[in-house]
Amino acid sequence: MLKTFPKGGIHPPENKITAAKAIKRMSVPKTVYVPIAQHIGIPSKIIVDRKDKVEIGQVIAKSGGFVSSNIHSPVAGTVTKLDMMVDSSGYKKQCIVIRTDPKNESNLVIPDFPLKREITLSQKDILQHITDYGIVGLGGATFPSHVKLDIKNDKHVDCLIINGVECEPYLTADHRLMLEKSEEIIVGIQILMHALNIEKAVIGIENNKKDAIAVLKRATESNPRIKVSALRVKYPQGSEKQLIRAILKREVPKGGLPMDVGVIVHNVGTIFAIYQAVQHNQPLTERVVTVTGKKLNNPSNFWVKIGTPIKDLVEEVGGVPEGTRKIVNGGPMMGKAIKNTDVPITKGTSGILIISEEEASRKEPKNCIRCSQCVFVCPMGLEPHLLMNLSEKGLYERAAKEDVMTCIECGSCSYVCPSHRPLLDYIRFGKSIVKKLETSKN
Amino acid sequence: MIASVIYSAILLSSVGTVAAIVLFVVSKKFSVFEDPKITEVEDALPAANCAGCGSPGCRAFAEKLVNTEDISELFCPVGGNEVMKQVAEILGKEVAEKDPTVAVLRCQGGCDVRPKTTEYQGPRSCAISSLVYGGETDCQYGCLGDGDCVNVCKFDAMFMDESTGLPVIITDKCTSCGACVEACPRDIIEMRPKNKRDLKIFVGCLNEDKGGIAKKACEVACIGCSKCEDICPKDAITMDNSLAYIDPVLCTLCRKCVEICPTHSIIETNFPPKKVKKPKETPVVKASVTQQNPSANA
Repeated sequence: MLKTFPKGGIHPPENKITAAKAIKRMSVPKTVYVPIAQHIGIPSKIIVDRKDKVEIGQVIAKSGGFVSSNIHSPVAGTVTKLDMMVDSSGYKKQCIVIRTDPKNESNLVIPDFPLKREITLSQKDILQHITDYGIVGLGGATFPSHVKLDIKNDKHVDCLIINGVECEPYLTADHRLMLEKSEEIIVGIQILMHALNIEKAVIGIENNKKDAIAVLKRATESNPRIKVSALRVKYPQGSEKQLIRAILKREVPKGGLPMDVGVIVHNVGTIFAIYQAVQHNQPLTERVVTVTGKKLNNPSNFWVKIGTPIKDLVEEVGGVPEGTRKIVNGGPMMGKAIKNTDVPITKGTSGILIISEEEASRKEPKNCIRCSQCVFVCPMGLEPHLLMNLSEKGLYERAAKEDVMTCIECGSCSYVCPSHRPLLDYIRFGKSIVKKLETSKN
Repeated sequence: MIASVIYSAILLSSVGTVAAIVLFVVSKKFSVFEDPKITEVEDALPAANCAGCGSPGCRAFAEKLVNTEDISELFCPVGGNEVMKQVAEILGKEVAEKDPTVAVLRCQGGCDVRPKTTEYQGPRSCAISSLVYGGETDCQYGCLGDGDCVNVCKFDAMFMDESTGLPVIITDKCTSCGACVEACPRDIIEMRPKNKRDLKIFVGCLNEDKGGIAKKACEVACIGCSKCEDICPKDAITMDNSLAYIDPVLCTLCRKCVEICPTHSIIETNFPPKKVKKPKETPVVKASVTQQNPSANA
C-alpha cells in the first residue's frame, strides 16, 4: 500500500498530456516584462532607471525586506519603461520592461553547465547565495526560500522533504525536470543537507510518475541518506502539510509551520534553482513552464525566461485554438484565469493551461443538499459548506472560530459539489475579511 | 363544596401575596437606574438603525449621546441638523452643525462607453470578484456592477440601472448613512455636500492610469490632461496620478471645468440648462421653424 495523507482528497482526471515531451528552450523574447511583486511578501525595490543598459543576471530590483527577494534581469538589453502592467493577480502592478539587445551574445548562451558534484562553499555562503540569487519557492507559492531556511534556535529540523508530487492535473514541469536534471537535483539536496546539518531527505513523488521515481532511485542508490518515496495519486498531496503527513505521519499544528514538526519542504524546481545558484552562481531568471491544453497542436514543456509574455509561449505551441474559453496561469485546480495574453511569466508560473468552453464554464449553482461531499474531501478536516454560509451571511467571527484560516484553498470542495456551489469563492472571501479583522485587532 | 372553594381561594391569594412581596423586594434590590433621557433621545432619533453614526443602532447611539460629555463630534447623518438640534435641547449640550451630504457615484463607465474585455463567472458580488481580478473591463478602478452597494442600502435609495450596469443613487432618499461607501471595494462612492438645490460638481472617474490607457479602457475616463486644474479660478482642483479631484469646500460651482473637460468626465447635477447667449438671428430661425411646422402650433 502506497503512502498518502489520510483525510479527504480527490482524484481528478490527470490529463498529463505533456509528460513525454522533453523540455524545449524558448527563444529569447524581444521584450520582457518583469513584475516586481513575484513573490509572497514585500515587493522588491526597483534599482534601475529608464534607458539603463542591463546585463543578464544583473539585479534590477532589490529585496524590500526579510520576506522579499532580489529580482535579476533575465536578458541583456535596455530598460525601456517602468510601467504598470496587468499580471497574473488580475491587477496592474509595477513592471520593469526590458528590450532585449539582439546583438548581445550573452542572450544566446544556454545556462547548461556540466554537473558539479563537490560542494565547496561554506554553510553561510550557501545561504547567502540562496538569498542573493533571488530563489523563491517554485511550486507556486513563491515564498522566498531563504526565509524557509532560516531555522530559529528553538527549532530542530531532522528531515528535508523534496516535493516532486505535482498533484495538479495537466502540469508536467516538475516531472520533466526530475527526469532531465535528476543528478543536479540530488546535488541540490546535498547542498541543503550540508547547509542546514540535516541527516535525512525524502523525495516524495506520486506513483503516476514511475519513470521519475525510477530515475531518482537510481541516482540515490549510492546515498543512503536520501530516499525516494512513491505516493498514492491524490490531490492535494503537493500541499506542504499533506505531504508531511503522507511521508512522515507528522501533523503540522494549526497555524504552524513545517519547521514546528522538524521538517523543511522544498519543491524540486526550487532545489534545481538552488543548485544553479550555489554551484554555478546563476540567479533565478528562468523556469520550466508546461504549456498545455487538450485542443493545442503541440503542447509541451519549456525553459522560459521570467518576464516572457504568455502570448509568446502560446504562439510557440501553435496559437490559441478555436473555441478557447480560458487561459489559466497554473493548473486547473489552483490556477487562475488570466485577463489577457500580455501577462508575463513570473517565478510562480508552473504552467499555462488553455481550456475550451466545455471544460471552462461554471454551472449554475443550486441549493446545498447537505450531502456533505465537501466535508469528506476537505484535506484540512473543515466543513466547507458551513464556512461558505458563514462568509455569505457575514458571520466572520464565527467563521474564524470554525478555522476558516486553515483552509489551503485547494478547491476540492468546489470540485466535488454536486450542486456546483461556489464554495471556495466564498471561503476565500471570508478568509480575506477575517485576515483584515485580525490585522486591525493587532 | 363551599369549603373547597374557600380553601383554594385562600391558598391562591396567599401564594399571590408571597410572590408579590418577593417580586417587590427583588425589583427594589436589583433595580438599575436608567437615565430617562436615553429613551427621550432615542425617540428623537430617526429609528433607522443604519449604523451611519458609528454606533450599532439608534438606542446605542442615544446612550452614547447621553453618556458623552462633549457630543460635538457625534452626528446622526440620517436625522441631520434638525434631529441633532432636538437632541441638544433634550440634553442641554452643544452640537456641531454639519452640512448635509449625499452619496455620489464617481464612475460613469457604463456598458456603452467601457467595453468588456473578459467575462467573470462566479458569485455576483463586488467584494468577491474584486478579490479575483480587476474586473471585466480594462479599467481596474471603476464600478464592477455587481451591486453590493444596492444590497446594503436600507433606504431604497439605490438601484441598478440595467442599461448601463451602474448603480443609481436617488438623492432625495439618500440619508448619507455611508453603508454603500463601506460596501464598495473600489471606493467609488463618495459623500459630498448637498446644498439647497443639490447642485454638485465632481469628477466621475477614479482611473489613475495615464491618459491613453485610461481612455482606451473607458471613453469617459479622466485622462489627467489638467485642463480643469488650469481653468479653475479657485484652485479647487488637484491632480494626483493623472486623476483630477474637486475639493467640494473650495468649489464655487462655476462650471468652467465641466465645459472644458475633453472626455466629459466631470459631472454636474441639477443645474438648470445653461442660457445660451442668443445671437441676433435667433428669432428669425425660430420663426422659420414654426413656419415649417405649422401643426406644432395647433
